[in-house]
Formats: sequence, C-alpha cells, structure tokens
Amino acid sequence: MDTPTTYFHWGFILISMPNLLVIGGMVVLFAIALFAPFPHAEGADDGENK
Amino acid sequence: MARTSNLEGTTAPTDSKSWTLRLRQAIDRHLPMDHLLPDRQPYYVGSWVYVFGVVTIAALVWVVVSGIVLSFFGPQWWHDSRAGRFFNSLHFWSVQLFFIFMVLHLWGQYFMAGWRSGRAATWMIGVVIFAVSILTAFTGYLSQQNFDAQFIAINAKDAMNAAGIGAFFNVLNFGQMYGLHIMLLPIGVTILVVLHIVMVRTRGVVKPIDPEGGVRP
Repeated sequence: MDTPTTYFHWGFILISMPNLLVIGGMVVLFAIALFAPFPHAEGADDGENK
Repeated sequence: MARTSNLEGTTAPTDSKSWTLRLRQAIDRHLPMDHLLPDRQPYYVGSWVYVFGVVTIAALVWVVVSGIVLSFFGPQWWHDSRAGRFFNSLHFWSVQLFFIFMVLHLWGQYFMAGWRSGRAATWMIGVVIFAVSILTAFTGYLSQQNFDAQFIAINAKDAMNAAGIGAFFNVLNFGQMYGLHIMLLPIGVTILVVLHIVMVRTRGVVKPIDPEGGVRP
C-alpha cells in the first residue's frame, strides 16, 4: 500500500500507471461504443424533434 | 381580441398580462410533453455512444444519494463504521464513474459536433457543468477529514493565494469547503444538468454529419 506507483515519463509527459490505465480503458470503451451493434427499438423514428 | 381557454368555464386573452398564462404558453410552444418524454427516437440514436450521457446522469444520482447519507451521519461515521466506509466508497466510486462517463460523453459530442443547429448553448452549459463538477470534486477531496485532505489543502493553499482568491476560498477551512461541497456546488450542478437535459429535449438529438457535405434530409 505504501509503495509509490510506477510513473511513465516521455519528454514533457509524466503520467502514473493508474491514470494511464483509466485513460486507456476509456479509449477502449469509446471504441467499443462506436462499433458494437446496438439493439434497435421498434419505435425508431427517422427524424429529429420538429 | 383572440381568446384561449383557461380554466373550465373561463377564458383569458392570448396577449394576457398574466405571467402564469404566458409562461404556460411558452412552455407549450418550446417544450411539449412529447419532446420532454419521447417514446420514439431518430434512427441515428441507435448507437452506444448516446448511452454515455444517461450513464453520467445515473452516476450523478448515486453521487447525490450516497452524499445525502454521508451528510446525515458525518465524518466519524464514514471513517469508523463498516456501513460508513461502504457509503464513503459508494460516493467516491460513483464520482469516478460520473467523471469517466462525462468525459466519454464529451468525446462523443465533440466528434459529432453536437453544438450544430442552434445547440451552442447546450454545449456551453455542458462545459460549465464540467468546470463546476471539478470544483465540487475538489471540495469533496478537501472534506474527507483524513491525511489526504490535509495534504491536498496544504498544497492547494499556495495556488489559491497566488491566484488572489485565498481570502474568499480558504482550502484550509473545512467548514467552508464542506459547506460548498454539500450545498452550493451540488445544487449548481443539479440545476445545470436539468437545464442541459431540457435543452437537449427541446432541440432533439443533433443529426449526424453528412459525409457528402450539406444537410441530411
């Protein structure tokens, strides 16, 4: 618990492993949301609110 | 003079000076119930990207509910009892989910240019919600009543003083930070989120960008 976490240092970028994992997970989740098929509802409309 | 039905058996002119009538008519014009609680959505809403916003709202509900429980019992309880630590964790992790999904919602809206077709104010209110949420989370970290809160406060005070707001926003003052965290800032976030949702429902979801250029039918 008291051990400091690993940090990655590239040039001016300094980021901890937990933060990098969270950001990486968010990017993966975003990509899944873009490409995963969405179950279509019966009442899908073809336009926006008038 | 044109007259419209008001209460049963009475009528009121449409250009009435009655502010309640004018307000009701404005709400009917701009936000009819089928926009506020729609049972159909445009075909392009069939994507998981549109789920990020509603997950953010769900996380906010958990943040508020667990926060109300914590405020009832106080710091001693949330540090020392098992139930207190559970609700403390529930509050903390729902905040993490709130921010994660708010940023995912932000990415989604940025790449679909969600500010188009008269939705700039909706986008800007979202920006303000993001800023106020960061301030709320910051005062939350300062209100933990542990060494982490002290460490953050001691380090943050210099930045506040350098910015010239240290006298009005004293991060070493637990009472001030706790008061802001459980009263003013959550009310601000909630009002802005309600306004954001109402504006989304008023305009509807923005149409996808046409890859050919121009406006999609």
